[in-house]
Amino acid sequence: MHFDAFDRYHEKDSRLHRLDPRVKAVITIACILSNALLPDGAWIAFLFAFIFLLALNVVSRLGIAYTLKRSLIALPFALIAFSVLFSTPGNPLSMFHFLMWDFTITDAGLLRFVSILIRSWLSVQMAILLVAVTRFPDLVHALAHLRVPPILTTIIAFLYRYLFVLTDEVFRLLRARESRSAASAAQRSGGGVLWRAKVAGDMAGQLFLRSYERSDRIYNAMLSRGYAGHMYTLNPHEMKPGDYFAAAFAVAFIFIIQILGRF
Amino acid sequence: MPITHAENKFIAPRSECEGDVLQVRDLYFSYPDGHAALNGVSLNLCGGDKVALVGPNGAGKSTLMLHLNGILNGRGEIEIGGRRLTRDNLPVIRAMVGLVFQNPDDQLFSPTVFEDVAFGPLHMGLPEEEVRARVDAALEAVRMSSYRDRLSHHLSVGEKKRIAIATVLSMKPSLLVLDEPSAGLDPRARRTLINLLRELPITMLVSTHDMKLVQELFPRTIVMDEGKVVADGLTMEILDDEALLTAHGLEKP
Repeated sequence: MHFDAFDRYHEKDSRLHRLDPRVKAVITIACILSNALLPDGAWIAFLFAFIFLLALNVVSRLGIAYTLKRSLIALPFALIAFSVLFSTPGNPLSMFHFLMWDFTITDAGLLRFVSILIRSWLSVQMAILLVAVTRFPDLVHALAHLRVPPILTTIIAFLYRYLFVLTDEVFRLLRARESRSAASAAQRSGGGVLWRAKVAGDMAGQLFLRSYERSDRIYNAMLSRGYAGHMYTLNPHEMKPGDYFAAAFAVAFIFIIQILGRF
Repeated sequence: MPITHAENKFIAPRSECEGDVLQVRDLYFSYPDGHAALNGVSLNLCGGDKVALVGPNGAGKSTLMLHLNGILNGRGEIEIGGRRLTRDNLPVIRAMVGLVFQNPDDQLFSPTVFEDVAFGPLHMGLPEEEVRARVDAALEAVRMSSYRDRLSHHLSVGEKKRIAIATVLSMKPSLLVLDEPSAGLDPRARRTLINLLRELPITMLVSTHDMKLVQELFPRTIVMDEGKVVADGLTMEILDDEALLTAHGLEKP
């Protein structure tokens, strides 16, 4: 069985797809940094960052709303910023009582909260676009070429490779449980909550043991082919003039956004 | 450091020889839990030998295979191509013994097929052109050239199996060791694999439960049970000895 639910790469022939993965990774990180550095309430800069994002969507040929549609998954994480609503000093807008505490929402707090939401929303979309237009192995190579420590890139590469194998394993376990979750007529089935929790716990343990043993076998397979603690890769990427041009253009645009945000 | 191997010549099976490719002498091994997996295994392999290793589950076949390139270290002597297996020459031995694991998902650990096949040559320290040439040749040998840039997790079991063989062929081993290569393959994938194994001009030791495969492909068979070699000879004769087969839980194909 193939389980490709995690593969976010979308095969298309576009300028963004063909761009050197290093450039894409750097532009994405630069955009995310730029978003994070914009001051609260820099609406025009936010607007320009958004336009930049939409333009990239169009260039990628994935459709103008491609990242918009997929950006909601990250919203729950942005809610961690909820507390700034009350903790930022400013003019009170409204008050409410919860359990034993009084909460006051301030105007500065609201401004900061909305700004954080927009920043994270824009940044998540950049990341979504990056993985949609870059094959994952290329991305790992790009990180390696950008001097990310080999131990990190190796872990990421293994994670990607075995995520699929592990998901298959989970689904096999679940299916095995389903097939034996029988009921006899006129009898309450399913067992108690505690018992079911124990079964689920045992399955998690099983999964851990299987993964642990698999890691042993993989390590043996690596040893068999000469692994001695270092990963080696060939350099398949070459910067073309277009890559430098795209990088320069993006950096210039981010610079403009930063200036707009500050004046 | 590039390693050059002598050209493999095909020789008709000889029942007795010096064991110029592989010599195993009195190999003993116990797992940490005390279970004795190998109780004095001795065997010889000569250039061009294609040998089947059969026996019930738990006979010690896989344990023996893990010894051949020094993943496990038991008591006894192992010589590969005239070189004693010691801690110092492990890297050289590992390039000489191509070990293909039973589950290709354990063997293919890189994101792309190319990287997996290039893993061995890269670790041998070969120059880039040589690595690329070897990857192309290995993929060509298993008829998977068009899969070069594919992602490993998108392949079928049969395809993964052939790529797994390519990952060790790229090291140009003088001995190919396969653990149950036909397990879990559909008839067509199995047939493709059999044809591939027949064509590969390399000495090989293949552990399997597939007695039809043994009959079809391997002139010589070694039977293992309870950590010992209990029979070693011409496949024809061993498959005719029904008393021997029954005694060790095997079946005539």
